[in-house]
Amino acid sequence: MTQAAAPAEVRERIDGLYRAESRRVLATLIRLLDDFDLAEEALQDAFAAAMEQWPRDGTPANPRAWLISTGRFRAIDRLRRRARFDAMLGELAARLEQAAPDPADRDDHLEDDRLRLIFTCCHPALPADAQVAMTLREVCGLTTEEIARAFLTRPPTVAQRIVRAKARIRAAGIPYAVPSPEELPGRLETVLQVVYLAFTEGYAPAAGESVVRPELADEAIRLGRLLVELLPEPEVLGLLALMLLTDARRAARTAADGDLVLLADQDRSRWDRARIAEGTALLERAMSAGEVGPYALQAAIAAAHAEAPTAQATDWHRIVGLYDLLARADPSPVVELNRAVAVSMRDGPAGGLALVDAVLARGRLDAYHLAHAARADLLRRLGRTAEARAAYRRALDLARQEPQRRFLGRRLEELGG
Amino acid sequence: MKYLCLVYAEESRVDAMPQDEVDALIDETNANNEELQASGQLILAEALEHVAEAITVRVRDGRLSATDGPFAETNEQLGGFVLIEARDLNEAVRIAGRIPSARLGSVEVRPVIDLMREHSDQ
Repeated sequence: MTQAAAPAEVRERIDGLYRAESRRVLATLIRLLDDFDLAEEALQDAFAAAMEQWPRDGTPANPRAWLISTGRFRAIDRLRRRARFDAMLGELAARLEQAAPDPADRDDHLEDDRLRLIFTCCHPALPADAQVAMTLREVCGLTTEEIARAFLTRPPTVAQRIVRAKARIRAAGIPYAVPSPEELPGRLETVLQVVYLAFTEGYAPAAGESVVRPELADEAIRLGRLLVELLPEPEVLGLLALMLLTDARRAARTAADGDLVLLADQDRSRWDRARIAEGTALLERAMSAGEVGPYALQAAIAAAHAEAPTAQATDWHRIVGLYDLLARADPSPVVELNRAVAVSMRDGPAGGLALVDAVLARGRLDAYHLAHAARADLLRRLGRTAEARAAYRRALDLARQEPQRRFLGRRLEELGG
Repeated sequence: MKYLCLVYAEESRVDAMPQDEVDALIDETNANNEELQASGQLILAEALEHVAEAITVRVRDGRLSATDGPFAETNEQLGGFVLIEARDLNEAVRIAGRIPSARLGSVEVRPVIDLMREHSDQ
């Protein structure tokens, strides 16, 4: 073993290790201790022990295995001491000590633990907002306060969601397991929804001051990469491709003054070519797997935009065709709305307007500001100014995000208020 | 992040506890504090005398006044506090839930403002 490093240096290394490894260690400790809270305590204990022992004894050869085994022993030790006040904990300590296998498991087993953690956080028995909060905190390591900031809510609200979710996992006996092959497709869909929800909230926040919240989008992409590494199913590839191809436009989406720049007006030289190349390669892998799912189709649409050197050169025929497939694979009013906009680009505003009106007539998008903004834009292009103004006003009433509100306000002004 | 866990309980209920239960609670509280110390999360933990021993100080127009109390009409009184270092609010909640007196009354978890940092941010 090498000579003990200076404390500041070791501290820095341990901090780095916490960032890189704490979620893996936690995922395994939850399995070994069969309890989220006990595992979090054990994780804290393991890093506290590292801080104390490593400067003196040197860094162990396999820090992760050391942290896991130290965390486990400390947890059993804690339970033993607490058994003085609660005899049941003594039994639990004895059971954990006997049941636990060699904590320095094989690596593929440890990778499974990360999947177990993801599937548990995204369990369908938990409410959707709790799934997102749990995933961001337990899998990504965000703090309660960071999650609250990302979703423009207060930390106590997020904290309660997480407390309730954990109580639910315990009470309902939600197993810490990767779903069986029969269950996997349905369960994976929930996981992908959680990741995509985090991404959308980062890339296009529903409310607030900024056009993007990059930390959240980055976190979702990191999560997407982790999923691709652990479970490279076609839709997992498709989702990561979609996020990368969309996120490639991030820098061009915000003007210098913080305002929103529409796709057609973006400076395409500012698109991130590396992200586009990576996304396109992932998309090809997803497409070659046979059945093409909704995420891969949306990624294909994003790729069609990414390939066009100018807005005018966009292949709207291909995009409308992809929306047709998407409307069949994953029918929703939002998909229909987007298809209508694509049709208006291919055939002109009149055809698009008829489709947008048909979607709005069914009522489900009536409170969706982008539906009214799209309608307003088509009316404006058709020269129906009074109706366009009314539609912009309706969109403005519904929009909750400041840059978007400024954009709609400007359009309204251009049409004479 | 620092969090202050304010431990509230009904003084009358605690007073009515048999001595062996009080001893057990003190014992368990000390053990819990030792655990927190070992994991590097304890900054300071203290129990407080009864509110009857308290005095409230105010300064108005440069004049100091002191009154008995607090006399707020509440069922639970502040009986102690634990100042902790935690990664986030949920970790603080978990630690607060392990404070033995939480079983008697309630624990209010308050994030501590870092005044030095707030100041330098401006």
